Amino acid sequence: MDATHKKYLRMNKLPHIWCPGCGDGTIMGSFIRAIDRLGYDKDDVAAVSGIGCSGRITGYLDFNTLHTTHGRALAFATGVKMAKPRLKVFVFMGDGDATAIGGNHLIHSCRRNIDITAIIFNNNIYGMTGGQYSPTTPRDKYATTAPYGTTDPHFDIAKLCIGAGASYVARGTSYHAKMLTDLIVAGAEHKGFSVIEIITHCPVNFGRRNELETPVDMLLWQKDHAVRMAKAEKMTADELADRFIIGELHKADIPEYVEEYDRLIERVQRGDTGRG
Amino acid sequence: MANAKLLQGNEACVFGALAAGVRFFAGYPITPSTEIANIFARELPKLGGKFMQMEDEIASMGAVIGASCTGVKAITATSGPGFSLKQENIGFAAEAEIPCVIIDVMRYGPSTGLPTKSSQGDFMQARWGTHGDHAIIVIAPYTAREAYRETGRAVNMSERYRIPVIILMDEILGHLRERVEFKEEDVVTVVDRKGPAPGVPYLPFEDTDDLIPPFAGFGDGYRYHITGLIHDKTGFPTNDPETINQVMRRMNGKLDRYRDEIVKVKYVDVDDADILIIAFGSVARAAEEVVRSMKKAGKRVGLLRPVTLWPFPDKEIRKAASGKKAVIVPEMNLGQMVREVERAVAGEAPIYPLNKIDGELITPHEISDLIKEIL
Amino acid sequence: MAKKNFGITVDRKICKSCGICVAFCPVSVFTTDHDDKAVVTYPEKCTGCRQCELLCPDYCIDVEEIAHG
Repeated sequence: MDATHKKYLRMNKLPHIWCPGCGDGTIMGSFIRAIDRLGYDKDDVAAVSGIGCSGRITGYLDFNTLHTTHGRALAFATGVKMAKPRLKVFVFMGDGDATAIGGNHLIHSCRRNIDITAIIFNNNIYGMTGGQYSPTTPRDKYATTAPYGTTDPHFDIAKLCIGAGASYVARGTSYHAKMLTDLIVAGAEHKGFSVIEIITHCPVNFGRRNELETPVDMLLWQKDHAVRMAKAEKMTADELADRFIIGELHKADIPEYVEEYDRLIERVQRGDTGRG
Repeated sequence: MANAKLLQGNEACVFGALAAGVRFFAGYPITPSTEIANIFARELPKLGGKFMQMEDEIASMGAVIGASCTGVKAITATSGPGFSLKQENIGFAAEAEIPCVIIDVMRYGPSTGLPTKSSQGDFMQARWGTHGDHAIIVIAPYTAREAYRETGRAVNMSERYRIPVIILMDEILGHLRERVEFKEEDVVTVVDRKGPAPGVPYLPFEDTDDLIPPFAGFGDGYRYHITGLIHDKTGFPTNDPETINQVMRRMNGKLDRYRDEIVKVKYVDVDDADILIIAFGSVARAAEEVVRSMKKAGKRVGLLRPVTLWPFPDKEIRKAASGKKAVIVPEMNLGQMVREVERAVAGEAPIYPLNKIDGELITPHEISDLIKEIL
Repeated sequence: MAKKNFGITVDRKICKSCGICVAFCPVSVFTTDHDDKAVVTYPEKCTGCRQCELLCPDYCIDVEEIAHG
């Protein structure tokens, strides 16, 4: 453990509860290195999480931390950001948390373009409840609720968020740990709603049921299937078929929600209702 | 606020909340509470406050709790189906002791029910809608004037006790527009939540003598953890049976400790009455008319009107009801409050429920007909 | 330029034996013990890439440059 860990983690809460080889610990490491690089004062950071393995991250981070209800982290975070805009708000969600039970909050946060950085741990499974398939579990994979293989099509989280209007969307992995820090820094510095989808691994509840026996096998899978943006641009659709693109996928300069509302307040207070 | 005004019940709630310092509203359109959102949308920006129309009822409750975590006074408004949707997050607010106020303008249900018709069907849901043992306060005004004052009081109680407070309106009261003359006693004084004491380590869920832990807002320099998991005094999850027991008893114990401050009951001609009516909300208006008309006819009828529904004013009711010839409990449901009245009165007087569920207000005639039958 | 030397430590108490550092160290600094916990066996091979530090989910590895002289 180095000085960065000691500075940003609640040391008396470690070791964390995550399983051996779990991606969540690696992601938390990448995240605190991002905060260190951003230079934020710890008192000015709010970390908000939902329910599931990823939700436990707020217990370890030494910021203002809010561990909310399943799927609702973005709704709580929206209230935090609107009420105290100077806070830097980060939201941590799992794939089921963000795109199943919390799917409505995700798309509407994208649409609003509120200045929050959403970090989605996509491990393709409900881990904490014992390995049920999620909206991001690929077809023909096995889960405790898919003993004969999944028949559901799955979401592409990044595409979903781009479609819903998020102004910054990136995808990283728990294997490309340095790149993940870069993406979180860029997402935080971007004014507006930023989504960082992280392809991560649940060795216990996804890997072992799907022929990726160890955490190492799962990270090797990420390494072999992730393609950086620049390289992907030179590849054919066929070549990209069972791969996924990592890096900054989308960036747009559009008005940010809190600033727009503050402008409205300023306008109303000087008697301008906007109706001319 | 000017001395006399024409005010709708829903409108009065908004101004009462603003007077108590509410500066954040999040909601979702639903009949018959929508005017509350409309008016907050118009008024909050004028005061530098924030209004948010969220994507759903659940998000509205979440945003209200999030805003309150920063120290800003926050409120939401809804009706039947929306109130049901909010219940999980109301439980979060109860468990994490986050001050917030929820206005439920009751309509008939279950399900979509009768969206434009009145009801008192959420009497039990308001108390027990979320799962588990939790502290919650429920207030039921009966006029626009009282809606103003009681919404202000609700905000203040929530801030003071760190308990979510429900304002139970109904469609009739929410939409009724009436002349309101504000008097000195209607002035809403502002109560702020207690902050951390300087110079001592901050324990966000400390077992203080007053049972109310001090609250630090996010960004105020106290970095701590808020969770819906059962937590110890530091705010972190615990599975230790002794700690769970202690923490949950403290939280729920606030209702017992402050019960007499929270409970408010209004009496009309109760002491020498032969017959006692117990009614709240818009039904209490019909009951008041019965008391007046019966008095003219030489009959002694009194009204006990709980303004605070939960904690239920059981000892006040038992005292007032004991020895009466009859206790009549009219309510716009199939009998919810009457169960509590039966528990409180404990056989000291015969109890007559009067239930109406067709969406229409119980009329004074219907109550007086029952009285005549009994007499 | 002289080769840099690195001191690597593994906090055995925290290590959960996941094997990630062992598998991904590009120069095979680590081996495992009877509990499958990481052991620093060939520290002289370390190039200071810190891949082990970055990937370790439990933060039990520290890589420090050893000053010369």
